[in-house]
Amino acid sequence: MSKAVHAKNLNIYYGSFLAVEGVDIEIKPKTVTALIGPSGCGKSTFLRSINRMHEVIPGARVEGSLTLDGKELYGPGVDPVGVRRQIGMVFQRPNPFPTMSIYENVIAGQKLNNKRAGKKATDELVERSLRGANLWNEVKDRLDKPGSGLSGGQQQRLCIARAIAVQPDVLLMDEPCSALDPISTLAIEDLINELKTDYTIVIVTHNMQQAARVSDFTGFFNIEGTGKPGHLVEMDETKTIFSQPKQKATEDYVSGRFG
Amino acid sequence: MSAPTTTPTTVTPSTRPVRQLGDRIFAGSATGAGVLILIVLAGVAVFLIAQAIPAFTASPEELPGGRNLAVYIGPLVFGTLLSALIALVIATPLAVCVALFITHYAPRRLAQGLGYVVDLLAAVPSIVYGLWGVAVLAPASLPFMTWLQDYLGWIPLFAGPVSATGRTMLVVGVTLAVMILPIITAVSREVFLQTPKLHEEAALALGATRWEMIRMAVLPFGRSGIISGAMLGLGRALGETMAVAIILSGSGIITFNLISSSNPSSIAANIALQFPDSTGVAVNTLIASGLVLFVITLLVNSIARWIINRRREFSGAN
Repeated sequence: MSKAVHAKNLNIYYGSFLAVEGVDIEIKPKTVTALIGPSGCGKSTFLRSINRMHEVIPGARVEGSLTLDGKELYGPGVDPVGVRRQIGMVFQRPNPFPTMSIYENVIAGQKLNNKRAGKKATDELVERSLRGANLWNEVKDRLDKPGSGLSGGQQQRLCIARAIAVQPDVLLMDEPCSALDPISTLAIEDLINELKTDYTIVIVTHNMQQAARVSDFTGFFNIEGTGKPGHLVEMDETKTIFSQPKQKATEDYVSGRFG
Repeated sequence: MSAPTTTPTTVTPSTRPVRQLGDRIFAGSATGAGVLILIVLAGVAVFLIAQAIPAFTASPEELPGGRNLAVYIGPLVFGTLLSALIALVIATPLAVCVALFITHYAPRRLAQGLGYVVDLLAAVPSIVYGLWGVAVLAPASLPFMTWLQDYLGWIPLFAGPVSATGRTMLVVGVTLAVMILPIITAVSREVFLQTPKLHEEAALALGATRWEMIRMAVLPFGRSGIISGAMLGLGRALGETMAVAIILSGSGIITFNLISSSNPSSIAANIALQFPDSTGVAVNTLIASGLVLFVITLLVNSIARWIINRRREFSGAN
């Protein structure tokens, strides 16, 4: 299922503004890669460019190469809709569809793919996805209730269930725990550990302990000043980044010394 | 020694919470405005009922038309509901499409211009729409209505024979649809604009096309807004006087035939046309028909409320 993401000399623009410059990164299948760095350094922009979600903003475009298992994601004739069906995303704030029940939320992606499955197969998919997101036991008796009635942590796990229901090749997470309490955060982190046996996961986080806990690889993004483009300073195994990074800037950031 | 004795005045703890003057004024005026609405509504209802009673108690011979009240008001109610329903059926889908185009498809500049134009449409006086209906739409729609009769004549709605002047229930319905289009569009547009980005992005990230995103996130969120807009439009269509009065010459019959020359009038149009020549019980009869219109409008609004509240749990407000 899981695939590798490879960026080569990737520049990301909003209109004429260069937001992220010269990213070279290789994300291996079935690993968790954490992206850390100060606010505004372009790590979320880079994350959103992987499934072309940054194009929601008019004028957004990229230069360079970004491939999924060797297939160019920005090649001519590539439909962003198709890219997003292969690369799932979980957002900062939980966003289950408020007008849908828990059940409908999980199968929302499958409905889009126009896969007509029988009632039994759909039930199984819902159960498998919710179990995969460690939510099944909490919601199995109220699948027909609205997803917005769940707690924040449960909503976020519902969003993860919704994302994995379509069996994506890569799962992107944009600060998935920043709106959650520590216990819900722990639940999501455990879940990430389980999910990496099946999926390639890229997670943006502001919490360096979290990056250290959940990820195999860590990329550090930085920005030289306002108005300047962000860039990837260093990318390595997580324990190397947090113990003996090659760059001074990385060491300053992970040890809490800035500038 | 106790230090607090240095303060000259000792404050006795009050059991009532302290409320600022401004807060009290605001609370008072808001409550007053709310009560005022209820008083006005009750006043209208009392006036209508009091003035309608003579018509209810009068013997059938004294009433206009010389038969009982239900026979007189029935066709008017039917005409009112039919014309408003046609208008709503035509206008609502169109208004939702226009609103979606403005909010999600059109480039920003075009969208702004279109928004202004639609708002302007709402400012055109209804008499102008009536004149347009009778002078332009009625003759222009004759070929279309003939076509309906020829090919869809087996549907009772289009049985014909086609009115020679083109002044038919169908033309009234279309005219009313144009009149209520702006209000439904404006309300829908405002609601669509408020769709949380979060939900739009959730749909897009699942691989939804723009239309699928609208179906998953925008329309469910805007559902209650569309219904509210439609009900506002329906209210206007039900009470519309001049456009109907100009286009239709009502004949007090009940028929679903939309394109023939004999049509039921509507309550409001009938009142406008008959009132100047009426005296005595005839006036009371007209007011009784007004009371019926009042009740219909209240019912329509209550049903709309009920529809909106039915799935409140899923509305996204929680």
